[in-house]
Amino acid sequence: MRELLIGNAAVARGLYEAGCSIVSSYPGTPSTEITEMAAKYDEIYCEWAPNEKVAMEVAFGASVRGKRTCCCMKHVGLNVAADPLFTLSYTGVNGGLVICVADDPGMHSSQNEQDSRHYAKASKIPMLEPSDSAEALMFTKLAFELSEEFDTPVFIKMCTRVAHSQSIVETSERVLPEDKPYEKNPQKYIMVPANAKLRHPFVEERTRKLTEYAETAEINREEYGDSDFGIITTGTCYQYVKEVFGESVSVLKLGMIHPMPVERIKSFADKVKKVYIVEELDGFIETHVKSLGIDCIGKEMFSNIGELSQLAVATAFGLDEPQFASVDTNVPGRPPVMCAGCPHRGMYYTLAKNKITVLGDIGCYTLGSMPPLNALDTTLCMGASVSGLHGYNKAGGKETEGKTVCVIGDSTFMHSGITGLVNISYNASNSTVIILDNSITGMTGHQQNPTTGYNIKGDPAAKIDLETLCKAVGINRVRVVDPYNLAECDAVLKEELSAEEPSVIISRRPCVLLKSVKAKPALTVSKDDCKSCKMCMKLGCPAISMHDGKADIDATLCVGCGVCTQMCKFDAIK
Amino acid sequence: MTKSIMIVGVGGQGSLLASTLLGKLLVTEGYDVKVSEVHGMSQRGGSVVTYVRYGDKVYSPIIEKGDADCIISFEKLEAARWVQYLKKDGVIITNTQQIDPMPVVIGATEYPADILTELSQKVKVDALDALSLAQQAGSSRAVNIVLMGRLARQLDIPTEKWEDALRAVVKPQFVDINLKAFELGYNFGL
Repeated sequence: MRELLIGNAAVARGLYEAGCSIVSSYPGTPSTEITEMAAKYDEIYCEWAPNEKVAMEVAFGASVRGKRTCCCMKHVGLNVAADPLFTLSYTGVNGGLVICVADDPGMHSSQNEQDSRHYAKASKIPMLEPSDSAEALMFTKLAFELSEEFDTPVFIKMCTRVAHSQSIVETSERVLPEDKPYEKNPQKYIMVPANAKLRHPFVEERTRKLTEYAETAEINREEYGDSDFGIITTGTCYQYVKEVFGESVSVLKLGMIHPMPVERIKSFADKVKKVYIVEELDGFIETHVKSLGIDCIGKEMFSNIGELSQLAVATAFGLDEPQFASVDTNVPGRPPVMCAGCPHRGMYYTLAKNKITVLGDIGCYTLGSMPPLNALDTTLCMGASVSGLHGYNKAGGKETEGKTVCVIGDSTFMHSGITGLVNISYNASNSTVIILDNSITGMTGHQQNPTTGYNIKGDPAAKIDLETLCKAVGINRVRVVDPYNLAECDAVLKEELSAEEPSVIISRRPCVLLKSVKAKPALTVSKDDCKSCKMCMKLGCPAISMHDGKADIDATLCVGCGVCTQMCKFDAIK
Repeated sequence: MTKSIMIVGVGGQGSLLASTLLGKLLVTEGYDVKVSEVHGMSQRGGSVVTYVRYGDKVYSPIIEKGDADCIISFEKLEAARWVQYLKKDGVIITNTQQIDPMPVVIGATEYPADILTELSQKVKVDALDALSLAQQAGSSRAVNIVLMGRLARQLDIPTEKWEDALRAVVKPQFVDINLKAFELGYNFGL
């Protein structure tokens, strides 16, 4: 069947057609939809794991048992899973094992733009990079075959533009692979030094064989045109090159980005007068090509920062600049904002009002760093708020303990906040941790997590009780507040900051975008009572603005959360 | 020849349904199609953009400055934000609705009141109050389909094909409202 699918859905379709039966992932833009779409196939068992390390280890176990399996993550998630990754390279697989990693050049929704291709080289695991949805489907199926043939995990490397672009795919039926029963094999699966020493030469030999494969593999493709120069490229950059040059240019398109061929690149370079490398982020192909002694031009022409495009390619090659109109008026920016009625807002206002230093984490609530709340001081990576707070307070002592907190979402806390809290408890810092529990994984588009009581299919599941968990790791003071109640937030915050021991405040209210959350009638401002003091504006609620000197509430946005009524000293908001 | 259409607006305005409708229609018409958007952080009330490209063979999934044959804007400030992406002879179809961005809400800057006037002096603008038309059709959420109705005037695809595609992408109980919204957009000003 001919269908228009986003790249991530095409990978999911590939998983289905390849007979993959176990998928374990942690959500992260732009990888999330792979697992969400895979979960729609009843034949595939899918789950949200607490983090990427767990997900990859689940995939390892499933592979050892002989099933085709996959784990998906965003680029920074691969950092979390790096520990199993490097040794998984040594054990190899039984059932085919595919790791989907989605990079985010341009940082549409990420904290850095690391280039995952380095992981393939460093861990000595082959990596395939599709350039559209049709290839995403095809490469995913091929990845399982390569995985089993060469006894290796195989990466599928996506990027935002391939993951979130729809293009046409041809689907086919699901074919189940032969069952591969587990056979005890300590030399392969128990990575103690004696065994690992035997596996390392296997890994090196495997890379040599895969390089040989790359020399003839169809997913690496030469397209000879009539121009006298040639371009080596991969992934979405291939599309930009073709957009600019059409059939006229000679291209070596690398579908397998690690390991790369040697003879084939030399042969391509021999046939053209000049070699250019077009790739996003680092000069990964360029380094390889130059290591072969081939003169080429790459990063001196293309930035290693952000995304490329057809315009970036055309401009670099000195082609015509596009013609376009523009307006002289300054167009105000439209940054993303916390939603009207967002439960995080009340707690952030309380923190900002009390001039608290706040170590932040990864999620929707990072938006609390924006004006007018300006409530955050740091954001590093998943879980870093909790461990960072401990370090900050160990360094600052009494001077910082009563004036500093961290904030972390429920899903992020389950991902990697728990270990930081264990450290606070075990190594005794007088720290106050705030868990912003909105009962969902918000930023990535509402995925369930171990604290929500539901699994990926929406079926009831074991619900981790945050209060019990925090107490179990040694925190005696665990408080729960409603972030819609400003007075309660203020009182509890002050009590816990002044306490002489670590504490956890759970700021609990479900995300206002959840279907189960019913909006209350929109509030209105009495123009007669409004004294234009702008106190309500301090909340940064997108539903509230000033019109003709008076506060005004947009009835289409307001969900009646009532936080602004607590800000108004004149009872003008009802 | 590849045609490029951009759909721009504010996160949460329903551009996803518009691009799904358009994509489905173009595939049915036998074109090669690419539809590209970005998920995640920008969805939270930020400026959002979807690229739709179609033709015999489409390579790049994205649209660059000076590339777009048509820009459909769900909000007038967004029309101005993306105008550089329009081809010299392209057209902007824009909803006249005003949604204040946060810097305006908090008083850090002002919403440029005459933005549509300036835009009309620079490029071809087809402006309509899509929100009122959507309400007239029966739902303020049908702004996206009003604008698709307007776009239908720019493309060489019979309206019956649009209506078939519409029936395929919206839930049965909303078909009538959306068909009405499509018609109101298509016939506006006639």
